Amino acid sequence: MSAPRLKPARMWPADVIRVGGYGLRSRPLRGILSALGIAIGIAAMVGVVGISASSAHEIERRLSAFGTNLLTVSPGQSFGDEPVHLPDTAIGMITAIPGVESVSAVGRTEARIYRNDHIPERQTGGIIVYAARTDLPSVIRSRTAVGAWLTEATGRYPTVVLGSAAASSLAVIETGPDSLVWLGGRWFTVVGILAPNDLISDFDYGAFVGWPEARAQLAFDGHPTTIYTRAAESAVTTVQPLLGATANPEDPGEVDVSRPSDALAAKQETEKTLRALLLGLGGVALLVGGVGVANTMVISVLERRSEIGLRRSLGATRGQIRTQFLAEALLLSLLGGLGGVVLGIGITAIFATAQSWSTVVPAWAMAGGILATLFIGGLAGFYPAVRAARMPPTEALANP
Amino acid sequence: MSGPIVHLAGVSKRYGSISALDSADLLIERGELLAVVGPSGSGKSTLLNIIGTLARPTAGSLEIDGYDVAGLSDRELSALRARTIGFVFQQFHLAPGVPALDIVADGLLYGGKQRGYRRREAERALRRVGLGHRLQHLPHQLSGGEQQRVAVARAVLGDPPLLMADEPTGNLDSVSGAAVMDLLRELHGGGTTVVIITHDRDIASVLPREVRLKDGKIAEEVRR
Ligand SMILES: Nc1ncnc2c1ncn2[C@@H]1O[C@H](COP(=O)(O)OP(=O)(O)O)[C@@H](O)[C@H]1O
Ligand SMILES: [Mg+2]
Repeated sequence: MSAPRLKPARMWPADVIRVGGYGLRSRPLRGILSALGIAIGIAAMVGVVGISASSAHEIERRLSAFGTNLLTVSPGQSFGDEPVHLPDTAIGMITAIPGVESVSAVGRTEARIYRNDHIPERQTGGIIVYAARTDLPSVIRSRTAVGAWLTEATGRYPTVVLGSAAASSLAVIETGPDSLVWLGGRWFTVVGILAPNDLISDFDYGAFVGWPEARAQLAFDGHPTTIYTRAAESAVTTVQPLLGATANPEDPGEVDVSRPSDALAAKQETEKTLRALLLGLGGVALLVGGVGVANTMVISVLERRSEIGLRRSLGATRGQIRTQFLAEALLLSLLGGLGGVVLGIGITAIFATAQSWSTVVPAWAMAGGILATLFIGGLAGFYPAVRAARMPPTEALANP
Repeated sequence: MSGPIVHLAGVSKRYGSISALDSADLLIERGELLAVVGPSGSGKSTLLNIIGTLARPTAGSLEIDGYDVAGLSDRELSALRARTIGFVFQQFHLAPGVPALDIVADGLLYGGKQRGYRRREAERALRRVGLGHRLQHLPHQLSGGEQQRVAVARAVLGDPPLLMADEPTGNLDSVSGAAVMDLLRELHGGGTTVVIITHDRDIASVLPREVRLKDGKIAEEVRR
């Protein structure tokens, strides 16, 4: 026989995509609904990763802003009736520990603070009045949003610096001679308002008076109730165990030493566990979405028997039919995946913005989401595509 | 290429115990126009499927355009269909929601030609079947006769030497049916071998050759 060998022509890649999109074009609603299943799964996963990444980013930001080398020392829980406090010498002793960079302290007073002298006694608004040393902001790395911190000079007069939440609860928005609060039975001038402190959030509800003024006017006993210690980064772990005995050599057990950044770090750890759990749930949603796509494809193949037969009569090989339906499944999933990534970013952005965090969606989460959908799409489309390809042309063309 | 376009020798097709086609011998020369007639269930569509290489015979030998079909793989048969055989079916098989031009252009989808070329050819083919003014119409916007002419245009895209039509007028009124028959005759005039399957004796009686099937056997042949 002189006839040349027969060889099916290869389809152009653009044609493969076009033919793969055929089912989507002829039944858009069905395609979109089945893609939606995938989109929800991917959105859940990207959202979980995005929100936890944004949260982690926020924690990192706070940790680096306030440092992980701050240690606090406070009197422990007392078993008797006697109020427990730290010895006056504690500050000096701690300063002498090698590796300690700076030390400051506050002393809690029993004084009450009110907006003016007409407010009934009981309505304190939960604000705690502290005697504070002038070097406190530099040690805890707080800064004033308005006005200035207490100085040696202002600390001798009835002046006060308010935490951010305390200021808003007292309706104080500015500082200066006209900005007065009723503190311990007399008028105090507000000289500063602190910016929120994420590491020591108690201070947001604090009011700070100079150490000498507190002793003179607020019946403050002069004992520090919390000592803040900034240690060299490399010395934190050596300084921490020494603090208890140094602060109160007679009774080291009655001293609580803590590292505020530990709480944040612990939070980060719990969030990691939670994230793994939520990711798993997102994965289940994705799997359900994949089943939806598989279902759509199986129905599609059954409904489009005559189309398959026609294509075979036009010269499509089994492989080309298989490719068409596989491409359709991949396209559906990809559509869902892209929609899901966009949705996931949106969810993250809304959540992060509501928390006033910056939005962080790792690139690997987006790429992973798309890869996962392609994998799911391939899995979902494989069996229907093989079935479509195996269908004998005459059977496909026969009247249903 | 010379030699007959279709050569069946003792071809049978059995579906289980049913003998749909029973040792059929048939020779079709290039450029012929013939009718395959017979009552329903006589094996006409089976014969078309076998000549069109959509089904393989259970016995006998079959040569299409010089190729021994038994020796070809499924892929090679697909390639043979893509370039040698055009099909027209009773149901038009037009994709809903796809413009006529794109439907026709898909006639060459598996021929390895670029899309631009396919669409240019499709436009030419649609003009040839008298639908130059319906290029962007969707199937549901076309009459039955127009839909079948779209299907014919798709079948002849790329000028396959063999056109197989299975009851092409079966779903049409007599006027549209006549128009489609005129079109097929015109294609035959252009050199295409046209095989028309029909149970309509009036249609068959005006064609130059008639193959009559009965119970899966070729009962008689008439040449005019
Ligand atoms: N796929 C099939 N499976 C079983 N029997 C079939 C199949 N296709 C056709 N037949 C049988 O073969 C015979 C011929 O059918 P067909 O070629 O479709 O006849 P026609 O087209 O002349 O009406 C019929 O008895 C039909 O029932
Ligand atoms: Mg039939």
